Amino acid sequence: MDLRYSEADQVFRHALRTWLAEAVPARGKSPSIHDWEARRAYDTGWQRKLFDAGYAGINWPKEFGGRGASLMEELIYYEEMSRANAPGVGMNFVGVRHGGPTLIAEGTDQQKADHLPRILRGEEVWCQGFSEPNAGSDLAALRTSAVRDGDHYVVNGQKIWTSFGHVADFCELLVRTDSNSKHGGISWLVMPMDLDGIEIRPLPTLHGESDFSEMFLENVRIPIENRVGEENDGWRVTNVTLRFERGTAWAADIVHLQQTLVSLCELARATTRDEETAWNDRALRREIGHLSAEVESVWAMVKLQVSELAKTGVPGLGGSVIKLAYTELNQRVFELGTRLLGRAALSRDDVDGMPSLGMVDRYLQTLSLTIAAGSSQIQRNIISERMLGMPKEPRAN
Amino acid sequence: MPFEAVVEQAVKPFDGALWRDLAELGVLSLRTRENDGGLGLGMAEAVLVFAELGRRLLPGPLIWSALIAGLLPEVGKGGLVVTGLDQTRPASGPLMIEHWEGSNTLIVLDVEGVRRIETDALQARAVETPLDPLTPVHQIHALPPGERLADSATCQRLWSEGALLTAAQQLGIAVATLEYATSYALEREQFDRPIGSFQAIKHMLADMLVRKEQAMAAVYAAAATMDGRGVDDPQRMISTAKLIAGEAAHKNARGCLQIYGGMGYVWEMPPHFYLKRAFVLENGFGTMDEHADRIADRLGASATR
Repeated sequence: MDLRYSEADQVFRHALRTWLAEAVPARGKSPSIHDWEARRAYDTGWQRKLFDAGYAGINWPKEFGGRGASLMEELIYYEEMSRANAPGVGMNFVGVRHGGPTLIAEGTDQQKADHLPRILRGEEVWCQGFSEPNAGSDLAALRTSAVRDGDHYVVNGQKIWTSFGHVADFCELLVRTDSNSKHGGISWLVMPMDLDGIEIRPLPTLHGESDFSEMFLENVRIPIENRVGEENDGWRVTNVTLRFERGTAWAADIVHLQQTLVSLCELARATTRDEETAWNDRALRREIGHLSAEVESVWAMVKLQVSELAKTGVPGLGGSVIKLAYTELNQRVFELGTRLLGRAALSRDDVDGMPSLGMVDRYLQTLSLTIAAGSSQIQRNIISERMLGMPKEPRAN
Repeated sequence: MPFEAVVEQAVKPFDGALWRDLAELGVLSLRTRENDGGLGLGMAEAVLVFAELGRRLLPGPLIWSALIAGLLPEVGKGGLVVTGLDQTRPASGPLMIEHWEGSNTLIVLDVEGVRRIETDALQARAVETPLDPLTPVHQIHALPPGERLADSATCQRLWSEGALLTAAQQLGIAVATLEYATSYALEREQFDRPIGSFQAIKHMLADMLVRKEQAMAAVYAAAATMDGRGVDDPQRMISTAKLIAGEAAHKNARGCLQIYGGMGYVWEMPPHFYLKRAFVLENGFGTMDEHADRIADRLGASATR
């Protein structure tokens, strides 16, 4: 294991850091979470800046306009983005990290030409239509039906947790094309969001924003040529994006968490308790030290996974391990932040000019982490069944 | 070594034959320069060996030998057997020394440096019932000055290496207890099913695997950093490794014992040997709390910049 960076890596880092030093301050403050028009402009504007600078689609192959970065460069990319406090991927997430990579792997030439350049340039926003009210952890139980009618599918059903549904241009939609086979009866469609029969109802979360929505589909006619992969092969198509998952998905967040702990030290120094600063509270300091060790070791896991992958070319199941460890750790860090604030945490905004570092807001956001993208419980099932060989949970088919 | 052999080992005092075998394999002189008859390996290789020693519960003053063989090459050949005492953070309470029986020399690490004291010069009393049946303990009441062996810089380096080799053994415990628990969960049937088919057990095992992976990554990263193949502060990495591996060893041993159910409470079963060894290792080269404090101090210093 060698954790040092090669000369080429250092050059890549330096160029990126130099660019970010200018580009990030120029982006200005992010708009209010309720101003959807401004948010779309902000997120897609940043995507366009990344594209112009040659940093869009960091892990996309070069032939599709991506950077084609090495694993180490990708890790450096996330590290530097986080250090520079650069805008996140925001509502470009589904297109850049999920829909686009799926088209690269499985799409027709026409589908690739229609969407990939526009996604990279921030001209197309995608949303995800996977989960349903009765198909969450058991995603393959989805029931939204697609019935052929000439050269169209007629789609009926209901989706939930559709992020950015009301501002998206396209939706990656999973539908049931065969009700006789659970996993073998699913197809993957590209649905333009301006078709008739689509109704979006925002679903405000406990955090107060409405990034999520419910999506109701009534006789929506989607051209058959919008199908990606074969009919009834959608479950496999859904899993191909895993090829793009190189164990780096959480890299930026983990770096950010380490920075949050440094901020917690600063907050503790600025907080007075019993006529002393909270930093003089050894129990608190020890807890910060303990959490820091955990963050450091999860970061080491990411680097170990990346160095293994670079050597063997085979991605492990380490994704579940890192996801489980990172998300639960993240919640504990922000919980400590809210405890440190004490009664100041009763307000989500700063009180009397005392900076709360958005601790309360961010704590609320962390609550989704152990539920989304495979809950902690599903991750534990995956780890014990696929990595330790425990008997499988009962399932249909 | 089959587990019955481990249990037998528990009643033996010091196994001179085993010690000579380990010396011949080079285990005691991993870190000694080749010119001095050692293997001249880096920490990256040493942690792999020590993780395996921990996994197999090997007894004896392994870490002290590996640390001191660089200063006293005879230790690496098995001729001179050393044990040690970490006094870098002196505290009140008894002076407890592991593996006194069979050792000729006591090594003391303190703020001023490294000292050696011949065991003949000391009055030691055997602790009748040591916690870990495989780690005999003696108590002494006074420490004569002895002979200065190295300065405080060397002492700090040895302490750091000791902390990381201990973390490696703790990693070995986390690995072994996960292995034992995994096979037991597949073999043991209740309600006509292997207990490993129940989520209550599955999820405990998954958490044990995560802790093992985290400990492994932390130990390997710290070792690479100590060898000069890293970019982070080595002291922070060492403390991270000792803390995370210590937690993994203790919690995985506890998890293993729980998954064994009633059998986990039985003397001739593996879990308690690992749990007890985890206690011994936790109390060597800095506890979890001490390492958490060290990390927080470093983090706090970076926050003022």
